[in-house]
Amino acid sequence: MATLAEPQTASADDTFREEVRSFLAENFPPDLKNKGNALASVEGPTQEGPAEKAWREAMGARGWGVPTWPKEYGGGGLTRKQAAILNEEMAKAGAYNPIGGMGVMMFGPTLLEYGSEEQKQEHIPPIARGEIRWCQGYSEPNAGSDLANLQTFAEDKGDHYLVNGQKTWTSGGQWADKCFAIVRTDRSDKHHGISFMLIDMDAPGVEVRPIQMISGMSPFCETFFTDVKVPKENLVGKEGQGWTIGKRLLQHERTNLSGGGSMARMMGSSLADTAKKYVETDDTGAIADKTLRDKIADFEIRWQSFLLTAKRAVEESKAAGGVSEISSVLKKLGTKLGQERAELMIEIQGLQGLGWEGEGFTDSELAGVRAWLFGKATTIYGGSTEIQNNIIAKRVLGMLDHQ
Amino acid sequence: MAILNEEQEMLRDMARGWATNENPITAWRKVRTEKPAEGYSPDVWRTMGEMGWAGIVIPEEFGGSDFGWMSAGLVVEELGKTLTASPMIASTLAASAIVLGGSDEQKQKWLPRLATGEVVGTLAFDEGPRHTGRYSAAVDGGKLSGTKAFVHEAHGATLFVVAAADGLYLVEKGDGVSLSDRKLTDQRSHAEVTFNGAAADKLANGREDLVDQVLDRARILTAAEMLGMAQQVFDVTLDYLKQRVQFNQVLASFQALQHRMADLFGDLAMMRSAVEGGLEALDGGYGIPRAATVAKAEANRVLHTMSREGIQLHGGIGMTDEYDVGFFLKRARVLESSWGSTGYLKNRFAALAGY
Ligand SMILES: Cc1cc2nc3c(=O)[nH]c(=O)nc-3n(C[C@H](O)[C@H](O)[C@H](O)COP(=O)(O)OP(=O)(O)OC[C@H]3O[C@@H](n4cnc5c(N)ncnc54)[C@H](O)[C@@H]3O)c2cc1C
Repeated sequence: MATLAEPQTASADDTFREEVRSFLAENFPPDLKNKGNALASVEGPTQEGPAEKAWREAMGARGWGVPTWPKEYGGGGLTRKQAAILNEEMAKAGAYNPIGGMGVMMFGPTLLEYGSEEQKQEHIPPIARGEIRWCQGYSEPNAGSDLANLQTFAEDKGDHYLVNGQKTWTSGGQWADKCFAIVRTDRSDKHHGISFMLIDMDAPGVEVRPIQMISGMSPFCETFFTDVKVPKENLVGKEGQGWTIGKRLLQHERTNLSGGGSMARMMGSSLADTAKKYVETDDTGAIADKTLRDKIADFEIRWQSFLLTAKRAVEESKAAGGVSEISSVLKKLGTKLGQERAELMIEIQGLQGLGWEGEGFTDSELAGVRAWLFGKATTIYGGSTEIQNNIIAKRVLGMLDHQ
Repeated sequence: MAILNEEQEMLRDMARGWATNENPITAWRKVRTEKPAEGYSPDVWRTMGEMGWAGIVIPEEFGGSDFGWMSAGLVVEELGKTLTASPMIASTLAASAIVLGGSDEQKQKWLPRLATGEVVGTLAFDEGPRHTGRYSAAVDGGKLSGTKAFVHEAHGATLFVVAAADGLYLVEKGDGVSLSDRKLTDQRSHAEVTFNGAAADKLANGREDLVDQVLDRARILTAAEMLGMAQQVFDVTLDYLKQRVQFNQVLASFQALQHRMADLFGDLAMMRSAVEGGLEALDGGYGIPRAATVAKAEANRVLHTMSREGIQLHGGIGMTDEYDVGFFLKRARVLESSWGSTGYLKNRFAALAGY
């Protein structure tokens, strides 16, 4: 059914598409074609060559790294439709988004909602330009799933807070410029005694110690705060509002971690193509090992359904306005499927898919092993699968607490 | 839930209101007891016809409303929730075969009457207990012979769309067509239909893959019924857990049960997306074979689990005929085996994807 409005919007979209194309032609360095964004990941230190830097700056200047954020804070100010066009054109050109990380995924959207005007002016534009790396100071040795049990304490000293305590599992802590943290400002109230504040990682009294993971990488740290001075203007929202703000940030985190798009990219080559390379095919070109073929099809069917679910969630939350509890469902499903896929990839490759280093393995085989091991974290961090189940049961399904 | 337009919302609300108020599961119990010859209440089907549901995918020029597949799916989903016995799916599929492959004359002849529900159609495809996609029924000089197993809604149907070795044929109930009952666990209308030199009229205007096109529609619309069933089992189970008290606690407060419900909720979300994805593919006209395979495979997987958990989580009462949840288990397996078992569909998915 054609309406009068359609042709007009279509041509506005076409104009925008043209604009994107010429921007990409002028600014995206061909050498970077089909490369991933090393900066957006928290798994490595910054290593930016001149081409990467130029590309990041070009995107940063446009605000297109965070296409739907408001223009006044350095975002792209695009509609979702335009952002989709931008994504399509970038994919066609083999271009990646050079702006990413926790600032983009979780902190930015939360600050846009809860921050003061000054805080937005100060912190959002550098995130939009990809200049500042943020880390998340939530977990503590005795506050993981039971996050509200955190003990790191911020004492009111008039014009500043004095922060003491320990955080753990701080991803990218050793490379971050700043930390968004939840800390205790009142010991008498578990949930209302928590505040959300921003801490400079190079402030005196902040110390980070990297921890090695089963994957061999050391992207996460213990972070110690000893008499760290945090200016009052770094408090986000009101004192005691930290639990509310912190939970909202977790919803953004979950939506991102569930990973429709990003995970699909991370996954590299298809299971079926890999199987055709590593195991025999019959004379019709089908994978000869029928059990394996069946497993792959079983996975792919559910993966299709998951992608459709992620798409549906976006459409529905758009219609309802804002993020929703469905983020818990997506996180739970997406991370489980991601792990299944990694296990299947290993199974397909046999021992060749279990190389740890050196001779006899391709880069992608070695990367696959590390990704498989690192992937085990996805059902733990950002609220474990068990915690997502609790959230779904209680908040979405209205199942009661044990009395 | 897909984002619906106003027309679709009205249709869904109407179907939901009607199914809940006029046609709750007690209506199915009545059909089961009274055993009308058709396997459904003719009055109920007449009402559904008057509401325009039989003609949802039939073009307006042939008396339908042409609301599309998403709309048909919405209605079917609501009917699934109350296990409404009706030939809605069977007849819609027969009509769609004619829309896709009929000559103008065949369309003129059948579609207006299918659209009002006056004529009930059904697909007579499979020749054994499993869907294989291979048919040996043959036509010689306009006369069709062969035996079709477990034809859905055969008792009320007067028009059969029959898969023969060389394509699809229209056969009217009458000379050369005989039925023998094949009562299945869901106690709906199923019959073995034998064609013995029955007059057959070929659907010759469709694409070469007409049979597959119709089967994809069958998979998606059946999956929509299964979605309604799964949603209903989930909802009643959740309600039950919230009120049943054991160990001085409502069962819903036990984490072991909460996590099972959260798992089922996630599965249900995937099933809904897969089914709606199939309906959208039909309306959009692209990617249909793959979308249909995904929709039915997910429907099979999730309804299978849901129907088992539904009984288990109800405990003893779930085992009683007096309680509804068992009906869903019995119908679930029949639909799972129709138009492709899970194994068949995985094989098809892999073949479509080229591995
Ligand atoms: C790679 C990685 C990166 C991380 N990055 C960060 C970061 O940047 N910043 C940050 O603040 N944190 C980070 N985390 C921490 C992460 O959020 C926590 O590990 C997580 O919340 C789980 O807490 P825990 O490790 O203390 O496990 P525990 O809470 O001790 O849980 C142990 C097990 O018990 C289960 N469990 C716990 N409570 C319940 C319950 N009520 N019901 C049922 N089961 C339960 C859990 O699901 C889990 O299986 C990271 C973790 C990992 C692995």
